[in-house]
Amino acid sequence: MEATIDVQGVYKSFGPTLALDGMTFTVAPGQVTGFIGPNGAGKTTTMRVILGLDAPDEGAALVGGRSYTSLHRPLTHLGSLLDAAALQPSRTGRNHLLWLAHSQGLDAARVDAVLGQAGLDKAARRRAGGYSLGMRQRLGIAAALLGDPPVLMMDEPFNGMDPEGIVWMRGFLRSLAAAGRAVLVSSHLMSELEDTADHLVIAGRGKVLADTSVAGLLAAASGDRALLRTIDPDRAATVLEHAGASVAVAGAGLLTVTGLDTGQISALLAGQAVPFSELSAHRATLEEAYLGLTHDAVEYRAAEGVRP
Amino acid sequence: MTATQAPPRTAAPAEHGSFAATLRAEWTKFRTVRGWVIGLTVAALVTVLVGLLSGAGSMSSCNGHPCHFLHPVGPGGEAVTDTFYFVHRPLASHGSITARVTSLTGELPTATGSGRVRAGQGPQSGMHPGLEPWSKGGLIIKANTTQGSAYAAVLVTGDHGARMQYDYTQDIAGPPGRPAPASPRWLRLTRAGDTITGYASADGTHWTQVGIATLPGLPATVQAGMFATSPPYSVTTAQGLLGMSGTGGPTLASAALDHVSLHGTVPGAWTGTQLGAGRSDASPAMPGRYHQAGGTFTVTGSGDIAPDAPGGGGPGQTLDHTLVGALAGLIAVVVVAAMFITAEYRHGLIRTTCAASPRRGQVLAAKAIVIAAVSFAAGLAAAAVAIPLGSHVLRANGNYLYPVSLLTEVRLVAGTAAMLAVAAVLALALGAMLRRSAIAVTLVIAAIILPYLVAVTNVLPPGAGNWLMRLVPAAGFAIQQTIPNYPQVSNACAVAQGCYPLAPWAGFAVLCAWAAAALCGALLLLRRRDA
Repeated sequence: MEATIDVQGVYKSFGPTLALDGMTFTVAPGQVTGFIGPNGAGKTTTMRVILGLDAPDEGAALVGGRSYTSLHRPLTHLGSLLDAAALQPSRTGRNHLLWLAHSQGLDAARVDAVLGQAGLDKAARRRAGGYSLGMRQRLGIAAALLGDPPVLMMDEPFNGMDPEGIVWMRGFLRSLAAAGRAVLVSSHLMSELEDTADHLVIAGRGKVLADTSVAGLLAAASGDRALLRTIDPDRAATVLEHAGASVAVAGAGLLTVTGLDTGQISALLAGQAVPFSELSAHRATLEEAYLGLTHDAVEYRAAEGVRP
Repeated sequence: MTATQAPPRTAAPAEHGSFAATLRAEWTKFRTVRGWVIGLTVAALVTVLVGLLSGAGSMSSCNGHPCHFLHPVGPGGEAVTDTFYFVHRPLASHGSITARVTSLTGELPTATGSGRVRAGQGPQSGMHPGLEPWSKGGLIIKANTTQGSAYAAVLVTGDHGARMQYDYTQDIAGPPGRPAPASPRWLRLTRAGDTITGYASADGTHWTQVGIATLPGLPATVQAGMFATSPPYSVTTAQGLLGMSGTGGPTLASAALDHVSLHGTVPGAWTGTQLGAGRSDASPAMPGRYHQAGGTFTVTGSGDIAPDAPGGGGPGQTLDHTLVGALAGLIAVVVVAAMFITAEYRHGLIRTTCAASPRRGQVLAAKAIVIAAVSFAAGLAAAAVAIPLGSHVLRANGNYLYPVSLLTEVRLVAGTAAMLAVAAVLALALGAMLRRSAIAVTLVIAAIILPYLVAVTNVLPPGAGNWLMRLVPAAGFAIQQTIPNYPQVSNACAVAQGCYPLAPWAGFAVLCAWAAAALCGALLLLRRRDA
């Protein structure tokens, strides 16, 4: 079986709210795919459709080329963590994994193995109702690993984790991808995924806004903008605009130049003897790139509310 | 990058063991929540305890002393009433008796509104002419004059025409009509070994066979002759929350017979014998008599030859009274069963369940099997303990318990357990549909326990109460009925007396139908709704 998730043109509405508006993307094996977007972008709904929990109005989601609901022992194909709080409080963590294991024809030995992997051996025989948020996340991860699946899918796994937990989680996700698994991780904060994801699917308003590698996204967002500090902004602007650049005032004696790289700018200004004290290429952060992409989606929602 | 455009492969056929795994997972789920296991244990315990408490509170005494009623037992092991006046002669293993009944008349007590008249009170005081529908007189062949011995009779009745009855529980209808001097009724019984055949005729020439009775082990010499008897009269005068109050008392029937002829008699003369009607008779009856003038015999008797059914006037408890606690146990079972699914909705666990077992119908089926099995086990253990313990307590308190066959007792134990199991499935299905345990539990209690209480306490008129007990899931309680409804006994069939309007398995089938319907609804919603 191919270790992939394939979301193909999925539409889903809840009453008057269009939650998914042709969501389409693919999760490839051997890397961590970050699924990022503001709250309400449709990330959780997409994952629920992938798991067969919500039936799409149109389109399909495939796991390894097959629909999830047709899978026999599905947890051996796709491990998922959607809601770590979804636990019967009076059942112990170990027993929670035990019934899941039994539903897949697995035994208690497998339960103890994943408890160790998730670092939850000590609390395993305590009631899940008394678990901290971080312990619940670890139990959820143990459940996702139970069937040793080639594909993993986690919804906001960093939520409620302490810094130590976040570091552990990052390493853990990277190691899963390094072992050849396809890993889809959602988040509404780019910073959480910055050093973890190899590939990004940026969603807004129920569809994909960008489906790109991290490097590609940065390059696209940075463009060929440069920052110029000069004591004669008027002359500098005239010279650069004459050469085809667009120039905007960014502050007192500060210009933003688009359309020329720093080498060209420096040569032009030197040739016309325009003095400048600072010239630097602008480097966008992932956060800026992400905000630039999702800005419209967020504003749209704020302005128009739900879509009929 | 481009999306993989590989077409979806066709779904592989479900491999074997997938349902077994789901079933095992649901069983693991159930046993790992301590509250649910405790809940079912409580269900079993309250079933036993409430039964014992109810038994301990059920005292029966006669003027402050233990009652010493005789409770004859028929050839089939059931409690019987065998009280009548018998004019008889010995009969050999082959022979016959024939007679013409020219009239059947009687006397009924005049209602005074002061409750029941018991045996031994002034006979004929406040009586007026009249017959009970099941007053009877005619010919009878009986093993001996001991109460409860085997017999076969062909007889005329107050309102039910000519009949052939034998061994208390058997009743076959013959030609209709009550005999009168202008329209007498000829009757005949023939004996050939253990086989007795009853005939009726309008003219003594053209005979119709009414029925054939086989009485195994009938002695070579039996008693054959004429009899008359009449069951106690009772009328319900008031209905209250805690039962009915009525008035009534013993009645008398007189049969006039002539053209009496016997074949195959052994030497002996006509003897008049009163069976029952003493102080130790459980149901009220008056002593009878007979009078012979020429060829005409007038036989007068009081009582009945019939199965002793609860509500028929005799004091006694049916065995299902030891299981009144099942009502309390049922509440605990229903709560646990509803929570078995609603807890998953409440905690969002249903999504984990559906992700682990995407075939939702299988999940529902597995849950139903698990909750039914554990409820059945709890009910079985409770009933198996409550019946012997409860019987002991009831008897120790001076109560008479109607005997039942082993098969009936097994049905009572297994049926009570099955009723709990099916009620649990109903609660589970409603829980799956409504996703809220409080609403599901309230609905099941309203459908099972409320109608039962309404029927027991006679809040509704008997007709409406009986229809309710036929239609709603509470009909399942009929599985606990131990004494059959005998049409030839005119007792009030009341739920309080362990008598239900539907036969045991029919009532149970009504409950099953409700559970099946709810399960179908739950399946439909579970498949259609997003988890």
